Amino acid sequence: MKLEVSGLNSHYGPAHILFDVAFEVGAGEVVALLGRNGAGKSTTFRSVVGLVSQREGQIRFDGTDISRMPTYDIVRRGLGYVPEDRRIFTELTVEENFSVGLQPPRPGVATWTPERIYQLFPNLGEMRKRPGGQMSGGEQQMLTIGRTLMGNPSLVLLDEPSEGLAPKIVEQMADAILAMRKEGLSIVISEQNLHFAKLISDRAYIIEKGRMRFSGTMAELEANPEIRDAYLAV
Amino acid sequence: MTRIVNFAHGAFYMVGAYLAFTLTERLAGTWGFWGGILIAAAVVAVLGALLEIVLLRRIYRAPELFQLLATFGVTLMVQDIVVLIWGPEDLMGRRAPGFRGAVEIMGQLVPAYDLLLIVLGPTVLGLLWLLFHRTRWGVLVRAATQDRDMVAALGVNQKWLFTSVFALGVFLAALGGALQIPRDAVSHSMDLRIIVDVFVVVVIGGLGSVTGAFLAAIIVSELNAFGILIFPKISLVLVFLVMAVVLVIRPYGLFGKAEGAQRTSLGLSIRPWRPFTQAERIAVGAGVLVAASLPLFLGNYALTVGSEILVFVLFAASLHFMMTVGGLASFGHAAYFGLGAYGAAFMVKLFGAPMEVALLMGPLMGLVGAVLFGWFCVRLSGVYFAMLTLAFAQIAWSIAFQWVEVTGGDNGMLGIWPASWASKPAAFFWLVLGVVTVGVCILRVLVFSPFGFALRAARDSTLRSEAIGIDRRNVQWAAFIVAGTFAGIAGVLFAFLKGSVFPDNLGIPISVDGLVMVLLGGIETVSGAVVGAVVYKALAIWLMSQTEMSKLILGAVVVLLVVAFPKGIVGFLEDLRHRRRPASPPAGFKAAKVEAAE
Repeated sequence: MKLEVSGLNSHYGPAHILFDVAFEVGAGEVVALLGRNGAGKSTTFRSVVGLVSQREGQIRFDGTDISRMPTYDIVRRGLGYVPEDRRIFTELTVEENFSVGLQPPRPGVATWTPERIYQLFPNLGEMRKRPGGQMSGGEQQMLTIGRTLMGNPSLVLLDEPSEGLAPKIVEQMADAILAMRKEGLSIVISEQNLHFAKLISDRAYIIEKGRMRFSGTMAELEANPEIRDAYLAV
Repeated sequence: MTRIVNFAHGAFYMVGAYLAFTLTERLAGTWGFWGGILIAAAVVAVLGALLEIVLLRRIYRAPELFQLLATFGVTLMVQDIVVLIWGPEDLMGRRAPGFRGAVEIMGQLVPAYDLLLIVLGPTVLGLLWLLFHRTRWGVLVRAATQDRDMVAALGVNQKWLFTSVFALGVFLAALGGALQIPRDAVSHSMDLRIIVDVFVVVVIGGLGSVTGAFLAAIIVSELNAFGILIFPKISLVLVFLVMAVVLVIRPYGLFGKAEGAQRTSLGLSIRPWRPFTQAERIAVGAGVLVAASLPLFLGNYALTVGSEILVFVLFAASLHFMMTVGGLASFGHAAYFGLGAYGAAFMVKLFGAPMEVALLMGPLMGLVGAVLFGWFCVRLSGVYFAMLTLAFAQIAWSIAFQWVEVTGGDNGMLGIWPASWASKPAAFFWLVLGVVTVGVCILRVLVFSPFGFALRAARDSTLRSEAIGIDRRNVQWAAFIVAGTFAGIAGVLFAFLKGSVFPDNLGIPISVDGLVMVLLGGIETVSGAVVGAVVYKALAIWLMSQTEMSKLILGAVVVLLVVAFPKGIVGFLEDLRHRRRPASPPAGFKAAKVEAAE
């Protein structure tokens, strides 16, 4: 297994957010984490990369326990994280944003360069010197994914990559994710958009109020419309 | 860059100057001189990096105020250490070899060394620009300035990044101090002088803008130079006037950018405030009774000390009201304290009023000052708010200092004694105790009044409070005025206690004392200010009488407290109590859970 999470409990101050969350991702797999707004998807991701300080549970990445490591250490092991709100550096140009994400090449994992990312997202190639703050939402989403790829990750957590994007850009995003998968990356995407998730993922988990409610293949989810209706806003 | 408000920067500047003084005396020749300056700056940079690793790393997550307090503690310690090593006298450094003469420009003789510095400034600025825009390190620093967590989430160890930025900043500060020695004497008070100037420069320029800071530095020094020629009467005020004008017109400085909405409350401990229970009320009442019985046991000196402590209890409580309840951290609260003191002095000296009248009228000066200054200040928030309050306090101080005909200037106003019935230390102690108790009670009642709730709402979320119809500015202005008035009352009592008023009553040290007291007691607690004031003032007075090195010990205590007890004394005690009695979480949290998820 690439990533194994079990018994994950997270808190913000006195508020208990995640309750014994468990999921796993195999090498080269694309897994969707589905759930409504506020279900705990982002908190799950943030807990895995160590951005939620109050977290307990087992988190193993490539067989190593990362549950007590600082964020930068986790990321340096090849676990990339793309935040929901994009969080690009608005003052920095596209190239400079990439250079923040730069990490040394990793054996056995695809190595990314700005040029390769421009192939993935041709729009970005046309605005290399533009500050991140002067880009459209879709371009920013591409930039934040590209920035994480610069770290040559072997697994990427993609938090709601389709959120707030025009249908055409969403399509482009799905193509890019499939291309990343072809490079051998394992990918976890969190989504509210079931159609988008169906396009790209093998398996799905459904989270609701901080608890895992469903785990299965996309086909199994298709076959259970009552689950879909109970936990997802379609 | 790191958004660490570093009070110790002035101390590094000073240490850089002292170290360069020693090195340039020891090392001979031209190489010795310039090498000495560079080595001094490098050594201080290493010291700065050590300080960052040992102390500041522990408090990065803490609110800016704590960082300020910790670095202030370091500044205090350094002042005594410097005296210990280099002695209390001013030292005159060597002239720079090769730059001893003067150059004639347009009929004026300009020292060659000054010309060198004029060239050096833009050069350093240019190098910094290149560093920040042309190196990956610089890009990382700029990225971290905007979003620390995201930089970590891209695999950057921000700890070392911050250490290196801090070391660079310290290096530049020390270099500045070292380069100053051929021009000016090295003294152990140069740190506070420079830090105020630097804050003003940075705030005028805009936080985080190197270009802005450079431009502002030029403006400020021009003002200093020409101000003395053109407006000798108000030269001290001029710089602060300009800063006030800049901040009112461009609230984030000339080159600064608007900051995102910040939570002004600290969120160290989530423990709802509540009024005292019946039992606690009785305990507090008993405490006041014990205090009131002190004159039966204590001598005159102890009672005078006790009165002084009480005065500062009220002062700290008024600052606490503004800072903790209102989320408005004022760095110039002494202004209203001093205005109250001068108000009393004017009543006595100019109008021949008795103490009772002065006691009533004096605080009005504090009130008027707060009405006036507060109107400008509540237009800003965060560090800019703090700096503007500091500017106004300096303006008030300068007026008291320079308007000699009315205020007596540096000589102060003497002979402000209490009425005969209160002239005995015991009687005066009871008077102070009464006034302070009533004052603190009123402030506490206000915390739990609708006004207090509105104030806290405005502090926690400007947007949401405005959405439910709270006029943030007016509420905060009102809080500013309340705090200023109570500080004024404390000031009046202080004037009668000492029998005199001096410009120092409005000075930065008293403002800082107030901040330390509030933080020491526990910024997130309701009673912290009272406890903090008693502990801090008693400790300070006792140390002053016991040792020469009072600043060293006081500074160490402050640093220790910030690191070990960031919630302050009262916060720490509350934690202890809650740990012993693990209460079931109130129902409110259950509801908050859903909202906080995601």
